[in-house]
This record gives sequence, structure tokens and C-alpha cells, in this order.
Amino acid sequence: MRNRFADTFYELGKADPRLCIVVADISPAGSIAKFRQEFPERFINTGVSEQIMIGMTAGMAQRGLRPFAYTIATFSLYRPFEMVRDDLCYQNLPVTVVGIGGGVTYSTLGATHHAQEDVSIACSIPNLSVIAPCDPSETAAATRWCATQEQGPVYLRLGKAGEPDFTAAAAEPWAFGKLRMIKPGRDVCILSYGPIMKRAFAVAERLDAAGRSAAIASVHTLKPLDRDRIAEILARFKQVVVIEECAPNGSLAMRVREIAWTSRASCRLDVFTLQDEFKHCYGSHDDLLDEHGLSVPAICAALGLA
Amino acid sequence: MSQPSPTPASRRTNSFDPSLARERCRRYRRRILDISQQVSALHVAPAFSCTEITDAIYHGLMRREADGSFRDVFLMSKGHGCMIQYVILEEQGILSRQDLDLYCKRGGRLGAHPDFGTPGIAASTGSLGHGLGIATGQACAEKLKGSDVAVYCLLSDGEFQEGSTWEAMMMAANLNLANLVAFMDNNDFSGLERMSEGHKAFYPLAEKARSFGWEVAEVDGHDGAAIFDAVMARRADRPLLVLCKTVKGKGVSFMEHVPIWHYRSPNAAEYQQALAEIERGRA
Repeated sequence: MRNRFADTFYELGKADPRLCIVVADISPAGSIAKFRQEFPERFINTGVSEQIMIGMTAGMAQRGLRPFAYTIATFSLYRPFEMVRDDLCYQNLPVTVVGIGGGVTYSTLGATHHAQEDVSIACSIPNLSVIAPCDPSETAAATRWCATQEQGPVYLRLGKAGEPDFTAAAAEPWAFGKLRMIKPGRDVCILSYGPIMKRAFAVAERLDAAGRSAAIASVHTLKPLDRDRIAEILARFKQVVVIEECAPNGSLAMRVREIAWTSRASCRLDVFTLQDEFKHCYGSHDDLLDEHGLSVPAICAALGLA
Repeated sequence: MSQPSPTPASRRTNSFDPSLARERCRRYRRRILDISQQVSALHVAPAFSCTEITDAIYHGLMRREADGSFRDVFLMSKGHGCMIQYVILEEQGILSRQDLDLYCKRGGRLGAHPDFGTPGIAASTGSLGHGLGIATGQACAEKLKGSDVAVYCLLSDGEFQEGSTWEAMMMAANLNLANLVAFMDNNDFSGLERMSEGHKAFYPLAEKARSFGWEVAEVDGHDGAAIFDAVMARRADRPLLVLCKTVKGKGVSFMEHVPIWHYRSPNAAEYQQALAEIERGRA
């Protein structure tokens, strides 16, 4: 995702001189090196200073540029939180805040680097749109949308690297604010987003093998949430499952429950989120997800699969 | 109540007449006091400390386009001082008399902190330590666009206690933003205490700013001509910080150096006394 973001930004930035990237001492990798070389004045490194990274993008947007702020998710959102809220969201400026490694992606670095509440927090700020693509292809589409929209600030939550392509066979195109079916199925529908999509596919495989045909939807836009489509899914499927890499409070799971209640849904609903805990453990991204109770066997057991 | 006297749109800036400035500043203070009798939510003292600074920016430094609009940018980082900006914008015809009459009232659009989207207001401020970062981004954008627009940003001394302000100090110097001029309203009071007593390490500030790569000028913040001259005399190869020594509540004896006037509004008797002192030309 990170590299596809960089490639897409480079291509867009060549054509649009308003596009700038302000980073806080982190390399966006890949093509951004080319962008930096070709357009050094539009690549700004604030150093380890996240508040000015956000503050500057606000001023740049007010004067007609289209800046992206880019660093590790915890530092793009938590450290300069008030600048995101006041400078970008209150003033409703078209700035994209990119958070790399949302969730527990930085699994060896400890909870200081885990953005496990980022989606909850971002969704609670007025005017802020929240997008969390699940693979490189969605990342490219989302980046293109962010770079060309004029309506306001966006939090773009990306994985780190190496995510497979989950959406190549999707019948529906990516569209901002729209839920997207990426795997057809009849009985169960899994709602997921972000890098944990890999586990949604593993669970779907087990469901299919057990004769329970599983669909998967990418809920890449967390805000504004496609409530109508979620209500339709809750009405159409016998069972709906949410799998996400986000703290429970303010999660997609919580909001799907709310939609189920208000739409009087009668399907079975199972939700799987990160726990409301800081984990003092280290390992791979998969290890951390397991530690939060999100292993594929644990999810399958909860869904009644032997 | 004094009547605003609109400034002709064709007025040439980058000149400064001290005697006209003194009369303007008296008028601004009277108007602020008038408004203080309509609502209690007011920061009179912090507006009085930066009256001459803001006047020098609007009436001396900011250049205008042929259509009368400002070519340069002014950003009020110390948002709690916005009353002075409002009364100047009223005189300029950018805000209406009704706008100010509805200050902090239902149905109005002016609050006790300035709000982006309101005519003449460059950014939403009020939370301290945000303005210089935004101004740095604005100056950076203008430099990238190849324009000659200057960005003027007024900060309180308390804002220099925010780490975010020092991040901006570093970045503006790193980017050689010669089109950025910051003014510090050094009235020496935060909400609680005298900064020079409670925060001795804050001083001296000039050498701190210079060591961060800024050009620094130190002036009497109630001498508009000195402020204007300091900016016009700058080297203009780096950002400039104008340290303005000011008096909080300047012009009204019982407000000067008295912290509670950061928050409170004069009662009827205090209003009459304050008006009389301003007429006599204490400021």
C-alpha cells in the first residue's frame, strides 16, 4: 500500500503543481524519492515535528495548494491531534492526512506505535472523512480521490507494505463513500477494511468450505459510512460478520450494531475488533492480531466452525 | 459611540503617519469599550496591548490590490485579541457595523475568537500556538507559487510557551521564509502571572529567536511608527520576529498590568472612566 500510494502520488503530482507532501521525518518510499528529486520544493520534511507538519498543511491549503501530510499513523493523528481538529477540520480544508501502519501494523515497536484507535478517533471529528483501503489497488483509487477532491480534510489510513491484491476480481469499482462488494456470496456477509482483510478472506474460505457461502464487502470509507448499503446487507443476509483492526469503542462494529438496531435487522451479527487494551507483547503483525483475539481459528470457532 | 470612517480603497500603503495612527488607535479603543458594554464576553486588555501593532500592520505594512482587497495576509494567532482586528475591519468596510453590534450574540458571526470564513479573517485561532504554524504554511505556499505576498502573524508572548510555536520557528527558518513576519505582543502576562516572574527561562527571547535563524527587532509595541520602521528596515532574507514590548490593558489605568482584565468587561462606571482616560490620551 505504501509503495502504491507513493507511485500514485508521484503520477498525480507530475500533473498537478498544487500537490505537495509534508512528511515528519519518514520516507514514503518508492516513487516519492523520484518526486522529491524532481520537485524538491514540493517535498517538505519538517523533521520530528508533527504539529508543524499539520499546521503548515493548513496554511498551504488556505493559499491554494493541495498538501498531503504523511507519517506513521500515531504521529500523524495523535501527536498533532489538536492541529488536525482545529487547523484542518474546523477550517474544513482539503488536506489529506496519511497515517501509515494503522492498527497494530508496527507490531514489534510496542503500543506507542499502535494506532489501534485511529479510526474511532478520526470518525469522531466533524468534517473529517476517513478512508482505509484494504489493498494497493484501493490505495491508488483512494489517493487519486484525495488528491482531486475539494470538499475537506481526509484521514487516509494505510497499511505498511506487502498487502496482496484483494479487489482485482471485484465487480464493483471503488467509489468514495460507497461500500464495495469484493467477493460474492449468499449466506454470510463479512464487512472488513484495511490490512486485516487477509483474515476476512481466510475466514470466508472456511465458511465456503463448510457450505456457508460467504460474501465480503470492503468498507473502505468509514466516514461517511454507507449506512444504506449496510442496512441492505443486514436485511439480505442471514448472518453478518464484522472483522476489523480497530479498538471496539467507535469502531465499525459498534456502528453496524447501531444500524442493525435502527433498521430492525433480524440477522445474526458477530463482531471481531481489537480489544480495549494495550498489549505488552511483540512479534509479527499476525502475532499481534492473534493476541487481540483475532486469529482465524478464534474467529472461526466463534462462528461455529469446527 | 464613534462612527467608523471608511478608508478609501485606493489608499497607498507602505507609509505610516504617527499622528493619524494615534487618532485611529484612540478610536479603536473607544469602539472596543463601547462593545464591551453590550456583552460581557470580551478580552479588552489583550486587545489594547496589541492595538498599535495591529494598526501598523493594517495601515502601514499590508499592501492593497487595485480593487482595494489586501494583497498581503494578516493572521491573528493570539485569537483572544481579535476585537482590535474586528474594529479595524469594520473601519475598512470588510465587516459591517451590524457584525460588530452582534459580537458574541445569537445571530451574529463574530465570536470572542476569530473564525476562518469570516471576511478578513485568515484562520480560526484561539487555541494558542496554532497561528505561526499556519502562517508558515501560508508563507511557504506563496513562496512556492512565486508570489511576493507577505504573511504577517501576531502572537502573544504566552504562545511562545507552546512547543508548536517553536516547531514553526524552526521550520520557517529552515525554509528561509523571508516573506514571513511575526510580531510578539510582549505584555508579559499570561492568564495567571507575569511571565518574567513565573517563567524566567523564557527570557531573553531575542537571542533565542536569532539562534533559531530569525532576524529579530525589538521595539516599543505602542509606537506604531517604530513597528513599521522595524519591518521596512529588515534584511528580508529570512523570517523576521518583531518583539513588541507592550502593556496589557494599555490606555486605561486600572486595566494596565492587572491580570483579571484578561477576562472581565468594564461595568458602567469603569466604562466611563476608561473612556475619559482614552480621550485624555493616556495611550
